[in-house]
Amino acid sequence: MLVLVVDSSTPAVTAALVEVTADGVVVRAHRCTVDARAHGELLAPQVEAVLAEVGARPGDLGAIVAGLGPGPFTGLRVGLVTAATMGQVLGIPTYGVCSLDGIGHPSAAGTTGSAPLREQSTPPREQDTPARDERVLVAADARRKEVYWAVYDDSGQRIAGPAVDAPAVAAARARELAVTAAVGDGAHRYADVLGLPLRGEPRYPAVFALATLAAERIRAGAPGETLTPLYLRRPDAVAATSRKSVLP
Amino acid sequence: MADEPLILGIETSCDETGVGIVRGHTLLADALASSVDEHARFGGVVPEVASRAHLEAIVPTMDRALREAGVTIADIDAIAVTSGPGLAGALLVGVAAAKGYALAAEKPVYGVNHLAAHVAVDTLEHGPLPAPAIAMLVSGGHSSLLLVDDLARGVTPLGATIDDAAGEAFDKVARLLGLPFPGGPYIDREARAGDPASIGFPRGLTAAKDLAAHRYDFSFSGLKTAVARWVEGRRRSGEPVPVADVAASFQEAVCDVLTGKALAACRAHGVDTLVIGGGVAANSRLRAMAEQRAQRYGIRVRVPRPGLCTDNGAMVAALGAHLVAAGVAPSRLDLPADSALPLTTVSV
Ligand SMILES: [Zn+2]
Repeated sequence: MLVLVVDSSTPAVTAALVEVTADGVVVRAHRCTVDARAHGELLAPQVEAVLAEVGARPGDLGAIVAGLGPGPFTGLRVGLVTAATMGQVLGIPTYGVCSLDGIGHPSAAGTTGSAPLREQSTPPREQDTPARDERVLVAADARRKEVYWAVYDDSGQRIAGPAVDAPAVAAARARELAVTAAVGDGAHRYADVLGLPLRGEPRYPAVFALATLAAERIRAGAPGETLTPLYLRRPDAVAATSRKSVLP
Repeated sequence: MADEPLILGIETSCDETGVGIVRGHTLLADALASSVDEHARFGGVVPEVASRAHLEAIVPTMDRALREAGVTIADIDAIAVTSGPGLAGALLVGVAAAKGYALAAEKPVYGVNHLAAHVAVDTLEHGPLPAPAIAMLVSGGHSSLLLVDDLARGVTPLGATIDDAAGEAFDKVARLLGLPFPGGPYIDREARAGDPASIGFPRGLTAAKDLAAHRYDFSFSGLKTAVARWVEGRRRSGEPVPVADVAASFQEAVCDVLTGKALAACRAHGVDTLVIGGGVAANSRLRAMAEQRAQRYGIRVRVPRPGLCTDNGAMVAALGAHLVAAGVAPSRLDLPADSALPLTTVSV
């Protein structure tokens, strides 16, 4: 089944087409542009481009997978509204995946955020696979000197997070959980504070991992879900204060 | 007529999620979801709250519009969307939605100017606009006077507010009087029982010295302050505040300036049609005063019904229909949301 994957939770704007078969996930076309300020401009042309690359029309899609974030509000919504509206028109299910899972899952290891190193369904090569019992901290830049973070065990299970905190807070939690490596653009940005060995890739949610994490639901024909963003922060909203006197 | 283009319009520039469907000048559906109640306790629209609400509302609102019009998205000829001006994050949701619909349904998309759409919506009720016409757009976000020659090609801004928008002044005075947000309808209601001549509030930018530089510009900040001083003076001296009289006198000052400048623009440009749009156009005193004064000069005033004056998807669809009929090329898929889209740009 041909599946569209989108993620706009980080500075990387991603659209991809994957084939989900009974025994694997194959990335067929992939576009990724790193530009934190142009999600709205970039995503739709990228979706159009991946469809054109495989000679498919929107009606050939069987499902849509979208990264739910967490991510800075405005850009994150672009991917979700794109997925939701396309799913509505095409009458196909939409599935959400936590975007940090797309970085922390073992199937993301050995793939870059911008291009899959492997385009077949075989598991990652041995040297790319995380060492046994290695726990990894995923950190994405949340702006305002904070990170969105989560911790994964070696099977890809999320054991903490997602949460948004100052890097020092994420680092302290990572130490408590005996984390041995950090990955993601936020991990690079705050490497000094985190004090953990860095894994180079992926920096951003990996298409192969996002699709793999939704593959079971896709194969089972599970009902689609409303794509609700993982905002983690409350909106900045200051209640109107009582009016100040205008008289001297 | 069945051969006129079937156009879908999406509006998300502020706190209303609107999806409208028109066929030519015929309105088929106007579905709306509003987050206004979520903003009420803040006394104004909170951008992030509005953006979140748009994301939640867009799919169900589209469903309702299609059902109301009795069409499917496959029947639609083109999708128009407000690409600016407005709140950046809110616009982005609508623009991304329009692209998603356009992509999936393989339809052209038009990014259009919100203010031009406020003008275009009147064609749904009163037919094609004579050229040229003067348009006055007054709402919580904008207060502009425009010369409209050909809506498909651009409008000429004549003037705008130099401080608060007209609707903003209504909101602030309402809060001062202990009336709910948004203030417009409450001021209107209170004013009916009041004497509009009881308090002489200032008319901004109408003095001869101001007219030289700001002939068609508005200023409501001084008026708002004058109302605040007056009310506070009363409270300090322990006297009751005559809410109806204050509301009526304030409303009279706003409407006096708006209609005075709009009709001056009509006469200066030899124009015989004035279109009024935006949320404040729903104000009953503004409508009555404009009619009354315009009659003297043989000018026709066109105001859409209140439901079409406030932000909605039908107005965007109406402008889209006009652009399609005029043979304007659609936008590209990399069309940006532009919170400061200039009036001279009708479609992107
Ligand atoms: Zn408006």
